[in-house]
Amino acid sequence: MSILKTMTDPREQTRPAIHTPNSEPAMIELRNVYKRFGSLRVLAGVSLALEKGKTTVVIGESGTGKSVLLKHIILLLRPDRGEVFFNGKRIDDLPESDLAVHRQRFGFLFQMSALFDSLTVGENVGFPLTEHTNKSKEEIETIVAEKLRMVGLEGLQPKRPAQISGGQKKRVALARAIALEPDVVLYDEPTTGLDPVRSDVINELILKLQRELGVTSVVVTHDMTSAYKVGDRIVMLERGKIIADGPPEFFKTTDDPRIRRFVDGRASPEDLAALED
Amino acid sequence: MSSRVANFIASTGDHTLDALADFGRFFKFTGQTLRWLLHASGSARTWQLVLAESMDVGVRSLPVILITGSFVGMVLAVQAIEQFRAVGLEEQMGGVVNLSVVRELGPVLAGVMIAGRIGGSLTAELGTMNVTEQIDALRSMGTDPIRFLVVPRFLACFLLTPVLTLYCDVMGSLGGWLVTVVMSGVDSGPYWEYTRSAVSAFDVFSGVAKSFAFGGVLSLVSCYKGFHCRAGAEGVGRACTDAFVASFVAILVMDFFISVLLQSISTRIWGFRSLL
Repeated sequence: MSILKTMTDPREQTRPAIHTPNSEPAMIELRNVYKRFGSLRVLAGVSLALEKGKTTVVIGESGTGKSVLLKHIILLLRPDRGEVFFNGKRIDDLPESDLAVHRQRFGFLFQMSALFDSLTVGENVGFPLTEHTNKSKEEIETIVAEKLRMVGLEGLQPKRPAQISGGQKKRVALARAIALEPDVVLYDEPTTGLDPVRSDVINELILKLQRELGVTSVVVTHDMTSAYKVGDRIVMLERGKIIADGPPEFFKTTDDPRIRRFVDGRASPEDLAALED
Repeated sequence: MSSRVANFIASTGDHTLDALADFGRFFKFTGQTLRWLLHASGSARTWQLVLAESMDVGVRSLPVILITGSFVGMVLAVQAIEQFRAVGLEEQMGGVVNLSVVRELGPVLAGVMIAGRIGGSLTAELGTMNVTEQIDALRSMGTDPIRFLVVPRFLACFLLTPVLTLYCDVMGSLGGWLVTVVMSGVDSGPYWEYTRSAVSAFDVFSGVAKSFAFGGVLSLVSCYKGFHCRAGAEGVGRACTDAFVASFVAILVMDFFISVLLQSISTRIWGFRSLL
């Protein structure tokens, strides 16, 4: 299991390394990506290759750069250093106008859903179709109904985002993310803020989309139940670096204290000491 | 003491650099808006969005503009009537009141009112969209947020501020008439006669030209502040305040420079015109 090599000596993570679980060609590849906001270093040389049709879950404590990593895949953020490839073509140096075309092959589920308040649910889901296709109003309405049916919310078209629950918002946002039938769907903390039952609905939806649409998925989460359920592969970030990369079984059985502490949800002695001050 | 001085110099330097960088970002934002304006102004979709914005910018702003205009005219007349009566020139009130309203007070006050009503709302709306990742969502779907959000708002403000200014002018004129003629007993005929001789088509053009500039700048400033606001309710609130202050200052500064320019053009073409 070459992927576990990263576990044997964490110091090796300072070297750029492409994480490839097998010999499949990578659909998305980040090479030695660095990102800093002011004095805060967020990504410190992340290299990662994502396989087509698989679901990769990125886990790690809050503030370790998971969402920033996700935004680099779609170039909502550009790396300070390093390269991003999509289907073998470098895309981090493309101008915004060219990236806009690339981004139509991605769906992005935002942490807070990011539905447009001024539009109805139907208009939100149909938005990418209105913007990027020449489909008639009737065709768009048909597709919107189909996507909402996929996420179990058919008939919700006339409602405004303010009139629906948090879980429904996530599902509407997911319907919007898949409206253009993207090759890749990126999920930023899809179960955060939801109760365990609603979280499981979202997990089932992620699995359903992968099964039915064959999309490549990247899921950022710190919900281990979700990570084990949807992930073909799990990558763990700490302080802007990948410290572990393997299948869900590895994370269930590893003895590495850093991973165990996170997976089991145990505070470190330093965290506890801070409480006593 | 020397370290205090050094800290003061360093802090002043940092603030200056921040201000310059902000200024640079604003001009880049303006450039991107103008570039998208050229690309998108031919598309029916853009005009649909402009129409939706026009309801808020135009129709819903009308009451406050009408009230502002009428009271500006009335206050101006109240302040001037006794002085004019003292030197026996009260019949010439119409020329002075209307020229002031059409050239200066109408455009500036309409601009300020729109900056407060519409600019604040634009900043709050776009700022909230920014902090709730809706602007990132647009980008993630391959839609340029400047084309989709800024261009329609810019066009609505740019095109409708002059229209609202004309309404403000008319109400200002009627307000001045009310105080001068109805309340102070000056004859209506001379009031309008002096107005016609004092206010030229160029004066009306001058006010309208300014209001195009005011509408453009207040929409750009408000949208820019919304796009670059900090996270949280405090960030959005601060952005709204900053947007209003910056728009207000920009309107006054632009008013000065456009006035100087138009005055010199007027003098060059028609020479000096005496009002009295």
